[in-house]
Amino acid sequence: MKKQILLGLNGDEASAFATKQVNPDVVAAYPITPQTIIVERFSEYVADGEVDTEFVAVESEHSALSTCVGASAAGARAFTATAANGLALMWEITYIASGLRLPIVMAVANRALSGPLNIHNDHSDSMGARDSGWIQIYCENGQEVYDSCIEAWMIAEHPMVQLPIMVCLDGFTLSHTMENVNVLQDDVVKEFVGERKFITVEGHAGETEFRLNPDVPLTMGPVDLQDYYFEHKLQQVEAMEQVLKVIPEIEAKYGEISGRSYDMVEKYRMDDAEVALIGLGSTMGTIRFVVDQLREDGVKAGMLKLRLYRPFPEEALIEALGDTRVLGVLDKAVSFGAPGGPLYQDVRSLFYDREDKPLVANYIYGLGGRDASPMLLRGIYDTLLEIHRSGVVSRNVNYVGVRE
Amino acid sequence: MNKKPGWQELPKGAVSTKSSRDYATGDWGIEKPKFDREKCTKCTLCHFFCPEGAIQVNDEGYPEVDEKHCKGCGVCAEECPANCIEMVRSK
Repeated sequence: MKKQILLGLNGDEASAFATKQVNPDVVAAYPITPQTIIVERFSEYVADGEVDTEFVAVESEHSALSTCVGASAAGARAFTATAANGLALMWEITYIASGLRLPIVMAVANRALSGPLNIHNDHSDSMGARDSGWIQIYCENGQEVYDSCIEAWMIAEHPMVQLPIMVCLDGFTLSHTMENVNVLQDDVVKEFVGERKFITVEGHAGETEFRLNPDVPLTMGPVDLQDYYFEHKLQQVEAMEQVLKVIPEIEAKYGEISGRSYDMVEKYRMDDAEVALIGLGSTMGTIRFVVDQLREDGVKAGMLKLRLYRPFPEEALIEALGDTRVLGVLDKAVSFGAPGGPLYQDVRSLFYDREDKPLVANYIYGLGGRDASPMLLRGIYDTLLEIHRSGVVSRNVNYVGVRE
Repeated sequence: MNKKPGWQELPKGAVSTKSSRDYATGDWGIEKPKFDREKCTKCTLCHFFCPEGAIQVNDEGYPEVDEKHCKGCGVCAEECPANCIEMVRSK
């Protein structure tokens, strides 16, 4: 393990600090609450000469991601950050970045989508982008934001992957909350991320590195109709599956230098748990506290933190759940008109074919920054215990913490 | 019939196996421009107005159309100040 320094950083600053140490070639971003601090801090690093990065102050998020697409296609390491409506404005380009297999790293400070206008945290922004072909990591705390913003490059750029990645941090709860964050030395991070590696492709001018180079010209993503588009989409499907194999390798390497590594599905007091909650992001930290309280009261409660949401780590989730037969699924987003929140749909579908399937109930909470207090979460555990006692899920989809 | 490559054989990132020069993007055009050199003043406006870059100026200064890439839109004929371009049916 390498020497580390303890800093007081909020989540946005942790993301900017990690990105400073990675020293990407291009950062193109547009400020939007609650992501703004990432861009502000990073532009200070540029102004102070602490990085070699070309900082592109664009006029919109659509341009921010478009700039990253161009830069990444040209062989650069490209980073951007956004939130909520900014991500919505990037929509068109999110699919282009993944379709062109460009390993862009983007921090998303999760915020509710307008309207009505709300700047506080929920997952409606990144949940909407869950089908866009980006890898998605959801962070629990500032430390994880820092670590993820370094590891993300290694995951995205892995030769078997070559996909863009979102590092999601809960707006305000993480983005603006100062925490103790252990940071590595600059040279250690530099060595860990190394230089961007390129896969080899066969273009019209022959075999070449996958990047735009005037000496060996290459056309990326031109008109691709009925006879080829489907094949290219299948390549993306395959790349997503590879992510599940690649992440444990990268975590092990990162663990060696930092002493920290993360599971795709993290277990907390699951060994003999009768009931458990699964969810994403900062709420999982609060749940650790609630589970500890419940355990003191003799309740066999556990928690599963889903760190990796796309690709969905099916095997790891089944294994992590173990023998627990009652599972509550937390969703900080609504999928309007759908039979439950997005995570609930995935979890339930995962267990459909299994005889040992758990009883699953959905809890939609925290929309627009509505507080997810320990008391609220404890109330959810109470309903899970009721399901455990009765063996019946009386209501599949529950909206918790909302006035009737 | 030649079999097209499957997803495992194709280059990643939808990299094109042909140069854009090799795609005959104008082969479906119905009309092509015909230049009357008697009237042409070699102003080259047709070259600049062509949305496809399919009109080049030759060594003598006269416009020439690349029929593989001309879609027959007629913008050149519309813009020509000397009225020397006529769109003629090519198929």
